[in-house]
Amino acid sequence: MDELHRKSIAELSAGLAEKAFSSVELTRHFLARIRDLDSGLNSVITVAEKEALLQAGAADERIQKGEAGPLTGIPLLHKDIFCTKGVRTSCGSFMLDNFISPYDATVVERLAAAGMVMLGKTNMDEFAMGSSNETSHYGPVKNPWDTERVPGGSSGGSAAAVAARLAPAATGTDTGGSIRQPAALCGITGLKPTYGRVSRYGMIAFASSLDQAGPMARSADDCAWLLSAMAGFDERDSTSVERPVDDYPGALEQPVKGLRIGVVKEFFETGLDKDVAASMEQAMEELKRFGAELVEVSLPHSEYSVAAYYVVAPAECSSNLARFDGVRFGHRCEDPKDLEDLYKRSRAEGFGAEVKRRIMIGTYALSAGYYDAYYLKAQQVRQIIAQDFRDAFAQADVLLGPASPDVAFRLGEKASDPVSMYLSDIYTIAVNLAGLPALSMPAPRVKGLPVGLQLIGNYFDEGRLLGVAHQLQKATDWHLQTPEAFS
Amino acid sequence: MQWETVIGLEIHTQLTTNSKIFSGASTRFGAEPNTQACLVDLGFPGVLPVLNEAVVRKAILFGTAVEAEIARRSVFARKNYFYPDLPKGYQISQYELPIVGPCHVDILLENGETKRIGVTRAHLEEDAGKSLHEDFHGYTGIDLNRAGTPLLEIVSEPDMRSAKEAVAYAKKIHQIVTYLGICDGNMQEGSFRMDANVSVCPRGEEKFGTRTELKNLNSFRFLEKAVNFEVERQIDVLESGGEVIQETRLYDPSKDETRSMRTKEEANDYRYFPDPDLLPLVIEESFIEETVKSMPELPEARRSRFEQEYGLSAYDADVLTATRQQADYYEIVVQEAGDAKLAANWMMVELFGALNRASLHLEESPIAAEALGGLVKRIADSTISGKIAKSVFEEMWESGKGADEIIEAKGLRQITDSGAIEAIVDEVLAENAAQVENYRNADPKKQPKMLGFFVGQVMKKSQGKANPKQVNELLRAKLSG
Repeated sequence: MDELHRKSIAELSAGLAEKAFSSVELTRHFLARIRDLDSGLNSVITVAEKEALLQAGAADERIQKGEAGPLTGIPLLHKDIFCTKGVRTSCGSFMLDNFISPYDATVVERLAAAGMVMLGKTNMDEFAMGSSNETSHYGPVKNPWDTERVPGGSSGGSAAAVAARLAPAATGTDTGGSIRQPAALCGITGLKPTYGRVSRYGMIAFASSLDQAGPMARSADDCAWLLSAMAGFDERDSTSVERPVDDYPGALEQPVKGLRIGVVKEFFETGLDKDVAASMEQAMEELKRFGAELVEVSLPHSEYSVAAYYVVAPAECSSNLARFDGVRFGHRCEDPKDLEDLYKRSRAEGFGAEVKRRIMIGTYALSAGYYDAYYLKAQQVRQIIAQDFRDAFAQADVLLGPASPDVAFRLGEKASDPVSMYLSDIYTIAVNLAGLPALSMPAPRVKGLPVGLQLIGNYFDEGRLLGVAHQLQKATDWHLQTPEAFS
Repeated sequence: MQWETVIGLEIHTQLTTNSKIFSGASTRFGAEPNTQACLVDLGFPGVLPVLNEAVVRKAILFGTAVEAEIARRSVFARKNYFYPDLPKGYQISQYELPIVGPCHVDILLENGETKRIGVTRAHLEEDAGKSLHEDFHGYTGIDLNRAGTPLLEIVSEPDMRSAKEAVAYAKKIHQIVTYLGICDGNMQEGSFRMDANVSVCPRGEEKFGTRTELKNLNSFRFLEKAVNFEVERQIDVLESGGEVIQETRLYDPSKDETRSMRTKEEANDYRYFPDPDLLPLVIEESFIEETVKSMPELPEARRSRFEQEYGLSAYDADVLTATRQQADYYEIVVQEAGDAKLAANWMMVELFGALNRASLHLEESPIAAEALGGLVKRIADSTISGKIAKSVFEEMWESGKGADEIIEAKGLRQITDSGAIEAIVDEVLAENAAQVENYRNADPKKQPKMLGFFVGQVMKKSQGKANPKQVNELLRAKLSG
């Protein structure tokens, strides 16, 4: 039983099927790990023990009756951005500290339908706005590899919890790198699917045209199973795409031989730590060994991606967060003296500094007289960046680069310098602007800290990305390394 | 100085769909507050809008009816502002790319001339909820039943030059949308609301004056009064050396005046941008073709058909096609009665007269179209005379009974049996030998007038039931013989 947290989803699934252990036992095991080990990490905001044990009991019945699927009975954590019926959904904000959703997000619903057991909700940057998990109302999450360091963000709680083996898997969301950057910094595998592949219904919106949910787990194999359950058209989300879901687990064994892997020139030029670059080289050597063909590709306009992103994302967030007005749900100030006072104080008290900063930037960017210069221009940049990617995919099947310019930085190191914080997403943002799928997987560690290798695919090419990652993971143990205190 | 008035209208027509524009909640009017608002309407965290296809079809019907270009690609945008009855903090509307492009409608002026009014655009949007300021003891009540109700906002060019023209244009739009069945046109319930942009400038001046916007006018009468008041007010301001301030004003019907709601300085910057939750609305040719198949006959086409098919005068056809309900009603009456002209007369004179006296709308009429048709049929086939029919009509109105039932029960059937009528005629002639003598000796030119006496006597004896035509013929024959 002590070994349960070291197993992959496939192993856990087999163990459940063979009745080597029950879902209730498995669930208790992870609940105990959260209870015993999370105090030093702060990766979980809400533990849903009672609900988890009920779901586990139901999963065991399904297994008993032979009605189980591959994910039935496997525990997971949800990022606290997904609405969960009856369990608080805070989005990392004091604004929603008291919010209990009356409905389940589609992602939550689908994973529950697959029989997965929700252990609780993970910590995150407030409203997913941050790259270090320091903007959470519930305090920063610590990186399990070095608790003096950040886990990345905004899905930092999910990344840290999976890295510390507090759960076999977790959900995350990625607007500008919020799955891939924390996955990189915590040494796990995280996938941001093609925009529209996974329903956004019930996922609290940050920047609607960029937000996408995805799996975070130890390996590409685990992610493939999760994505199979998460993906698919949802009539409640007009931006979800009506297109059959590929067989992701079935795509894992696709050969890498002969694959053209485009090394993104610009991602190795500016701001990249040389040790991280060396780690990338090792991963690339490995791919070459498999017979992949490495070609250099260029994304000439990628340098504009951070600037474009910090117009589009704040603009959309300024509108998306208008509904948090103290009228119907969430925080309301004490004794408002009139409507304006109600709005101003509820929002001033409910939102943290980073959220306010982005609302202000976005409001400004959309203002009369500035719209064309900022929002419209940024949208044009998106088109140009998407064209860059189209050109690159004419030369390569998969693109490769680092997920983050450096290893995890120290808590507080960038907290007072928003621009340097924003630049930690320099390699991930362009992908969101173009709506492409991408994953981050562990590469050889640097100074004892995890490094993320980013693979970017063409639209709906998640299967290929997972396949390349899986082939690398079969041949290496980078993804199996676990911080000592949590092994 | 001579002043010229310039008016443009924005008309919000509520589309008749079962569910809301972006959610599955019901749009029924008059439900208990907040019982018809789902999580999407309430703007809960994480919810998303999904466009109701029926709304698109209705916009296409309107655009096609007014011969406008239907945008093959239109875009929903967010109009951002804070208000408690706007749950998301933004209204989903269309801004730069509306579904219906420029077009025009023709209105009939009082002098009989036709005037062309430009329609700038028509776009789809969601309605807000309602704020209730009374009965909450210093608080405001919010009812979100209306939030998300589909609207087609029809925006005119500033082409109207008087309140009367504005009313004629608004009535024309009302007629079109109700004919199309895309809006119930119910103004009391707010299904058809008008905002008027009003300015004045010296006659002959090309540059328009500063305008004010009169919000939420919900009757044609208020539209006319509000515009007239506002024009007077603006002229007063200008003539006393002042300046008109660009602002939004509310019309108060109880005081018959407009007053300032907010000025331009206080106005919101709506920060419009395309709604990222909704993809651009792309309309296929086949979708338009399929939609316009259900296009009902429009007022003008129906009016000319009424003239040709039923042989009605231009005036009668115009009156009867004024609303779709009237035209529908009339056609049922004709179908039952068989006599189109008689049907038109009875509907326009007797029915409209009675409705007017009782202050009822046609849809509240105690006599259904089929029933009125049944009555007219009995006049047409000579079962009863027109005079008797009036009393039958009255009883139908009171009791709700059918014409035949009343005719039978009261024995009002006309006597058409020539033997029976002859017997009565003979009786009358025998009883009035002196008058018969006078008649026969009279100047033939005076005889027709004298005949009336005998007709009256026969009708009296038959209790009004003898067929007047037969009575006339028989009397003439017998008196001359």
